[in-house]
Amino acid sequence: MNDATLKKEIVALLRRNARMPEKELADRLNSTVDKIAALIRELEKDRVIMGYAAIINQEAENGEVRAIIEVGVQPERDTGFDTIAERLGKFPEVHSVYLVSGHYDLRLEVVGQSMQDVASFVSSKLASQPGVKSTATYFLLKKYKEAGVQISKDEHYERLKIVP
Amino acid sequence: MSDSKLSPKQWVAPHIAGLPRSGIRDFFELVKTMDDVISLGIGEPDFVTPWHIREACIYAINHGYTSYTSNLGDPRLRKAICKYSAENFGLEYQPENECIVTVGVSEALDIVLRAVLSPGDEVLYHEPCYVSYAPSVRMTHAVPVPVLTRAENDFVLQVEDLEKAVTPRSKVLLLNYPNNPTGAGMTLADKQLMADFAIRHDLLVLSDEIYEELSYIPRTPSIASLPGMKERTVTLNGFSKAFAMTGFRIGYACGPDDLIEAMMKIHQYSMLCASSIAQAAAIEALQNGQGPREDMRREYEQRRNVIVKRLNEIGLPCFMPRGAFYVFPRISSTGLDSATFAKRLLQEKHVAVVPGTAFGSCGEGFVRCSYATSLEEIEIAMTRIQEFVSALS
Ligand SMILES: Cc1ncc(COP(=O)(O)O)c(C=O)c1O
Repeated sequence: MNDATLKKEIVALLRRNARMPEKELADRLNSTVDKIAALIRELEKDRVIMGYAAIINQEAENGEVRAIIEVGVQPERDTGFDTIAERLGKFPEVHSVYLVSGHYDLRLEVVGQSMQDVASFVSSKLASQPGVKSTATYFLLKKYKEAGVQISKDEHYERLKIVP
Repeated sequence: MSDSKLSPKQWVAPHIAGLPRSGIRDFFELVKTMDDVISLGIGEPDFVTPWHIREACIYAINHGYTSYTSNLGDPRLRKAICKYSAENFGLEYQPENECIVTVGVSEALDIVLRAVLSPGDEVLYHEPCYVSYAPSVRMTHAVPVPVLTRAENDFVLQVEDLEKAVTPRSKVLLLNYPNNPTGAGMTLADKQLMADFAIRHDLLVLSDEIYEELSYIPRTPSIASLPGMKERTVTLNGFSKAFAMTGFRIGYACGPDDLIEAMMKIHQYSMLCASSIAQAAAIEALQNGQGPREDMRREYEQRRNVIVKRLNEIGLPCFMPRGAFYVFPRISSTGLDSATFAKRLLQEKHVAVVPGTAFGSCGEGFVRCSYATSLEEIEIAMTRIQEFVSALS
């Protein structure tokens, strides 16, 4: 496997399990630990891998509140949506920012300790930003799937122990 | 009233009474009595059927697609199979008369053997091989003629050995590559040698390609696509392995129309047709299943890399399998025979592997390990096997 293919495979595996040991990566991909470690460093340096996060079942964990916020904005001459999107992304409450097609422009995911928290962020910080024309806030009530993982586990059917 | 002491066994036909029980079954009885067994003895995918395929089956049920289909199989499925075979295996077949949908490769194999064999005809096949080959041949009153394959050839059938086994009664050459239980695979050159041999001796080739999509070497066209082979080959394939659909019981055969017609007669009287809802699922698998299929193949390939490395480190040598999801390590250095090795490993370490002898007598000295199980389980199994082996020496 050449380096580019190896990197692709590493990323695919780390997406599934960010804690996969370098040894396992090396064995799976018929490579060496040194080689894998070097390629991961490159992926990190090139910001292909930007971090490693756990996939948390929020309900089981803490009482965090999340909201999806649709934001209509006035694009700027020269930079379009980029300047305002990056500015909004600087708030730590903002978990993700996407430019989307459709009825509005930016889709934010915002995290707070309570509904009050999120509501006051929207009114005092977000809606008052220059360039923001409109917001619509949707509080998330229940999560069924996160980062490719179904929250409720599928019923598990046991295979026969020996089959031809 | 009769005072006969004969048991109901007297009714069983001698050629059936003479069939051995599958070696795997005996072993299964033993495993059933234990818990916390890690099984490397499972010859089916550990993945659940991809959701889009299950969903298509549910849709078919919801919409009442619950009646008989045409004997040959739903025309849409046959069309999809022929398109898929052309794109993936280099095979050109007509959906109208060169393709039949069956209840797994198991039924396809059964009806093709019944369609072509007369009592006394000989079938050449390789050992080790899938457990049903010799019994299926015997059930037609024909004669199974095993040709041994060896570890030094990575278990690829050799023409010299075939030449020694062929007789004027030889009619069929039965091939299964990628292979259960060894993981052997054939290159295009290997296939060409088989084709030349079949043409030289005027044999019909039955090619069981159920693991073809689970290949880890660059894929080459099926043997039926080689010059002069289409008219003397029936290709068998199915959905069990590549699409993780064992329980759906669905497979197919492609070949010359006269042979498909003969198979269809048997199928029509014994099976009528394959399950309609499984056929609906199969259509979905062929039309949209490439992505999930490739994801599963890559996962098997990576597990193969791990398990082969570990077994060789432990001192149980095995070659890098070219396909399927089995490794076939040599265990003779432990001083145990296959059955004892497998039995003691199960009893002492609670790891199930299948003795090589279940797949033919030349499997002595080997065991089959399936890597259709999670890498976590494989790692634990390898640690236990390591402990078992080092305690022996
Ligand atoms: C080589 C081989 N052929 C055929 C079969 C049977 O497959 P199916 O589920 O399609 O009947 C198997 C299953 O293990 C197999 O390994």
